[in-house]
Amino acid sequence: MDIILQTCVNALVASAFFALMAVGLVLIFGVMGIINFAHGELYMVGAYLVWYFYASQGWPFLAAVLAAFLIVTVIGLLMERTLFRPMRDNPLGGLINSIGLLFILQVLAVQVGGVGLMKNVPPAYRGSLDLLPGVSIGNQRLVALVIAAALLVCIWYFLTRTKVGWALRAVAQDRDAAALQGINIDRISMLAMGLGAGMAGVAGALIAPLTRVEPYMGHGVIITAFIVTIVGGIGSLSGAVLAAVLYAFFHTFVTTYWNGTVATMMGLLIMLVVLIVKPTGIMGTRVSE
Amino acid sequence: MKPSKLALPALFALAVFMVALPFGLKLHQQDFMISLLVWILVVSSYRLMALTGEYSLVHVVLMGAGAYGSALLAKLAGFSVWLAMPCGALVAAGLAAALSFPLFRMSGFYFLIGSFAAGEAIRLSWTYFTVPFGGPKGIKLIPSPELTLPGVGPIAFYEPIPYYYLTLIIVSISLYILYRLENSRIGLTMNAIHWRAPLAESVGVDTWRYRALAFVIASFFAGLAGALFCHYYGTANPSQFDVAAMVYVLIWVIVGGVSRFSGPIVGVVVLSVLNELFREAEQWRPLIYGCILIAAMFYLPDGLIGLPGRIRGWLDARRGAGAMVPGDGSEKPADFASSKQR
Repeated sequence: MDIILQTCVNALVASAFFALMAVGLVLIFGVMGIINFAHGELYMVGAYLVWYFYASQGWPFLAAVLAAFLIVTVIGLLMERTLFRPMRDNPLGGLINSIGLLFILQVLAVQVGGVGLMKNVPPAYRGSLDLLPGVSIGNQRLVALVIAAALLVCIWYFLTRTKVGWALRAVAQDRDAAALQGINIDRISMLAMGLGAGMAGVAGALIAPLTRVEPYMGHGVIITAFIVTIVGGIGSLSGAVLAAVLYAFFHTFVTTYWNGTVATMMGLLIMLVVLIVKPTGIMGTRVSE
Repeated sequence: MKPSKLALPALFALAVFMVALPFGLKLHQQDFMISLLVWILVVSSYRLMALTGEYSLVHVVLMGAGAYGSALLAKLAGFSVWLAMPCGALVAAGLAAALSFPLFRMSGFYFLIGSFAAGEAIRLSWTYFTVPFGGPKGIKLIPSPELTLPGVGPIAFYEPIPYYYLTLIIVSISLYILYRLENSRIGLTMNAIHWRAPLAESVGVDTWRYRALAFVIASFFAGLAGALFCHYYGTANPSQFDVAAMVYVLIWVIVGGVSRFSGPIVGVVVLSVLNELFREAEQWRPLIYGCILIAAMFYLPDGLIGLPGRIRGWLDARRGAGAMVPGDGSEKPADFASSKQR
C-alpha cells in the first residue's frame, strides 16, 4: 500500500513537469501552427543554466531558476523573431528550422559543459517531508512541484482572465479573424513563444538537481511531451494538463512495477491509437490542418 | 524530364568514374564510399515517399528493419546472405504495409507525428527484446556474402573494394527502378496526389492506395539499404537507426532539394563529402548541419539543385534583363515554399 501511495506522489511530481512542457508546446502550436522540435532542448538549456548559476557560480537556487526562466524566454523570443516568423505560411518550414536549432543548442551544450561529462547539480533543499508513515516527498521535489503548479495556475489565470490572454486564445482559434479584430499577430506569437519557451526552461531548471544534466536530456522529454500533447488534443490546453496527469501516473506506475522502456513504448502506442481513433485527442474539438 | 543530348555521355562518364574511384582512395575513404552509396539509396527511396507529399519519420527505422531482418535470417535461420538481403527488404516492406493502415488515416502533421511514434515504438522494441534483437548492443558478427566464381576463386566481400562494387551494382539498379517508377504512370499519379489530392480523387484515383504503395516501395529500398549496410559493417543496433539518423536523412533531402530525382542525391553527396573533408570538426557536425539546414530553408527553398537557376536569375537581373527567371526551369513549384492544397 505504501509503495502505491509513494508512486502516486512521484507521479504527481512528474505530472507537473509533463504539464509544463506540454502546455508550452500547445501554446506554440495553437498560436503559430508550428511543432517546436527544439522544445526539449530549451528544457536542456534551462537545466544547464541552473547548473551554471547555482552549482557553479553559487547563486541561490531560486535566483538561478528565475535566471533560467528569463534567459530561456529570451531565447524563445529570438526563435520566434528569426526562425518562425519568416515561415509563418509554411508550418513545415518552421518545424525544420526548429530541428536545425535543436542541433545547434546540443552542440553548444557539449562545448560549454564539456564532452561526455554529465553535470551533477547538488540538491538545494535536503531532507524530505513525511506525508504518511512510509510515504515521503523529497523537499527538492516538493519545491519543484509547488513552483510548477503555481506557474501553471498563473498561465491558466492569464489565458482565461486577462484581455491579452483572450487575444492569445483568439489567435489560436482563428488567426485571420483575430487579425481583423485588430490583434497584433506578431506580438501574440512572440508572447506564446516566450511563454512556451520559459515554461520549458523552468521545467529544465527545476529538474536539474533531480536528474543528470547532459546535452541529450531533451530527447526523452520531447517524446513525452509529444505523447501528452497528442493524447490531450493538440490544440487543447486543458486537454494537455489532463493528459499530462494521466500519462504521468501511467508512466510512473509502469516504470515502477515493470520497466521504463516498456512504459515509453506503451505510451507511443497509446498515442498512435489516439491519432487513429480520435485525432483531436481526449479534449480537442478542432482539427487544425 | 527532358533527356538532353549530354545526358547519356555524362552518365557514362559518371559510371566510369564510379568504377575507377576506389583505387584512388585510402581504406577509410573506401568505407566512406560504401556508406555514401547506401545513404544515396535511402534518400532516393525517401523521395518516392515525398512525391505523394507526405514526410515520414519512420524511414530510417524501416531501413533498420531491413538490416535486422536480413541479419537475423542470415545468422539464426541460416539463410544465404544473397537470399537474406532481399528478404530483409521484404521485411521492411511488409512492416510498412502493416503500418500503412493506421498511418494513412492521417496526413500532414498528424502523419509526421504518427510515423515518429510508430518508429520509436519499433526501435524501443529492439532495445527491449534481447531475444532475438540483442537489446541495446544489437546484433554483432553479421556474416558477409560469399561467392565463388569459377576460375577466380572466392571473392572477399569483407574487403572494401569488392563490397563497394556489389553496393554500386545493387544501388545503381535500385536507382534505375526508382527513376523509372517516378516517371511512370504510377509516379505521375503520386505527384498528382501531392498537389491536387481532391482533384485526383474526383477522377477516380484511390489516393490511399497510392500513398500506401509509395510507402511500401520506398520502405523496400530502405530495407535493402539497411541490409547492404549491416552485412558490410557486421553490426546492427538500435542507436544506428535513431531519430538523429532520420533527421540527417531529412536534412540531406531538403538541402538537396526534393523537386527533382537528383536533388536528394546531390544533398547527401555534397554534405557527406564536406563532412568527410572536415573530419577533425566531428563534434561540430550537428551545429554545422543545423546552420546549413536553416540557411537552406531561408535562401534555397528549391535546395541545392535550384542553385544554378537562382544564380542564372541573379545574373540576368544584374544585366538588367528584368525578366523573371522561373527557378531552374522545372515546372514543379518548390515543395516547402508553397502551401499545400488538400
